[in-house]
Amino acid sequence: MNASKEDRALASQAISLRGAPQACLKVEQTSYAYAATDRSAPEFTLGPVSFEAKEHELVAILGPNASGKSTLLKLLAGLEKPLAGRIEVDGAEISTLDLRTRAKRIALVQQESELLFPVRVWEYVLQGRYPHGRRLRFESDGDFLTVGNALSQVGAEALRDRWMEHISGGEKQRVILARALAQQPSLLLLDEPTQHLDIGGKVELLRRLRRLADEGRHTVLIVTHELDLAAEFSDRIVLLHKGKCLRVGKPAEVYESDLLEEVFEAPLQVEIRSGERPRVILRGNG
Amino acid sequence: MRPLTSRRVLGICLLLLAVLFVAVVISLRMGAYPISVRDIVMTLFNGALGRRERIPSEFWLVVFGLRLPRIALGILVGAALSTAGAGFQALLRNPLADPYVLGVSSGAALGAILSLIALPFTPGAIQAAAFAGAAATIAAVYFLGRRGGQLDSATLLLAGIVAATFLSAVIIFLMTSLSGRDLRGMAFWLMGDLSSSPAVNLRWLYLVLIIALGSIYTTSADLNLILTGEQEARHLGVNVNRVKLVVYVAASVLTGLAVSVSGAIGYVGLLVPHVMRMLFGTDYRLLIPTSAIGGAIIIVVADLLARTIVAPTELPVGAMTAIAGAPVFIYLMRRRVR
Repeated sequence: MNASKEDRALASQAISLRGAPQACLKVEQTSYAYAATDRSAPEFTLGPVSFEAKEHELVAILGPNASGKSTLLKLLAGLEKPLAGRIEVDGAEISTLDLRTRAKRIALVQQESELLFPVRVWEYVLQGRYPHGRRLRFESDGDFLTVGNALSQVGAEALRDRWMEHISGGEKQRVILARALAQQPSLLLLDEPTQHLDIGGKVELLRRLRRLADEGRHTVLIVTHELDLAAEFSDRIVLLHKGKCLRVGKPAEVYESDLLEEVFEAPLQVEIRSGERPRVILRGNG
Repeated sequence: MRPLTSRRVLGICLLLLAVLFVAVVISLRMGAYPISVRDIVMTLFNGALGRRERIPSEFWLVVFGLRLPRIALGILVGAALSTAGAGFQALLRNPLADPYVLGVSSGAALGAILSLIALPFTPGAIQAAAFAGAAATIAAVYFLGRRGGQLDSATLLLAGIVAATFLSAVIIFLMTSLSGRDLRGMAFWLMGDLSSSPAVNLRWLYLVLIIALGSIYTTSADLNLILTGEQEARHLGVNVNRVKLVVYVAASVLTGLAVSVSGAIGYVGLLVPHVMRMLFGTDYRLLIPTSAIGGAIIIVVADLLARTIVAPTELPVGAMTAIAGAPVFIYLMRRRVR
């Protein structure tokens, strides 16, 4: 009797959880520090940082160089363990997950990789299925279906049979993104994804990420220093400066002229019209 | 898109095994005593079924007594060296890695010689010592090959070449100063040949070969990802340190195994995996077994040529593989520089 009641309670909870987007990423009072040696004083400290992100959200970690963005990303990816605080993805603290489980939940897109031997695009994207397979298992039809879907999500179906070394930089970046999508992660992390792109490429990429966040079942998180792109496309911004988390919120809540001027050390002006996203203008001398 | 299936791996391996069988039969045919291909196949067939009474005794002696043991040794050495090469290439992320080029074979040879001096009659000591020599050398080359905490391709190769030269000099020193003792010839340890039969039963050596090959094979899906970059492999869920340890130990075992029975045969571990990549692609789940069989084919053929080209004199088989391997090494190096 009791068990069946429990089952029903759990089932109804599951339904309610499925209905509303749940917090996929939870960062609680997380901090980190590193020093040249174990004994010397820390050269850089980060945090404490706290924020949450839900499914379908696009989060931007924003800040100038050396603000701690990359360090925070490493913590989120599970590459480094925080000194204090917790980071949860789908309700599990990431430092407790084994490598494969972590790779099923978190995908990290970095700058292009150096390949030792030539591989074709589909083989590369297929690597994203690794955490879902067992050791030595040969890929199933389902895996190939996922690869095809991932490639079409980034508009790269036509590249499928090309060699990785023969495609352009922008195409390569889309393929790397496709590999991350093939992991079917809850949390998709991108490290400075716009770095080597021209303005057209940047906008195209951010639109694509926006669409992935809207249509997929994951949270998209990017690390960037591009104020205008972050304002235009993200739901939530985490503003970092010299390792401190200054503000977390919607672009309109974070973007203030004085604050941004101080953080980015540049003459910036923020314009916010009601109901619109903020715009950042670089003031001239006048 | 042509997915790799277990059926495709099996099919390609069977094809290569058929090629190996042909090479073995041709190799069995060559020699001072004339014997026809038909007789060889009949002898092998009856031998495999255990019907010794149906085989004329002179055929039995020529095939099973004289020629097959040497060929079996060649198969063992070829499979071990090629797989070790493919393993080192992934472990060090360097397409030019090879047990001989990196000095690992020389380290194994030095270990083997030292064990012959210190423990001449202990069974298996030479294999264990050769393994220890190989493992120590690759560790040293790995640490010498780093620049600023990063493994640098050119520095690594230079470290390997320096290690090989240094260890060869030590071998020459030992062999010259201890010339009265039964340590086999200098040419054996420096160039490699298959003419002397090992003191240990071949079955034990094959058992070690199969265990080491199997261990590397269990990591082949992980190696595919490590070739894209260790950091990325970690993100994708590969336990990189564990895989590297398995490959490091298994490739050292394979090198030690080969060197303990045949000396330092060069370039097989470089040549064979590259040919297999060109033929069948870079997936390690296919590359490991095809390299093992391909290495066996190459050594059987090279030894056949070494025995017959200047007959009745024999060349060391290592001379044959070096003549073929060195130009390929140069070609691969130049293609990478471009």
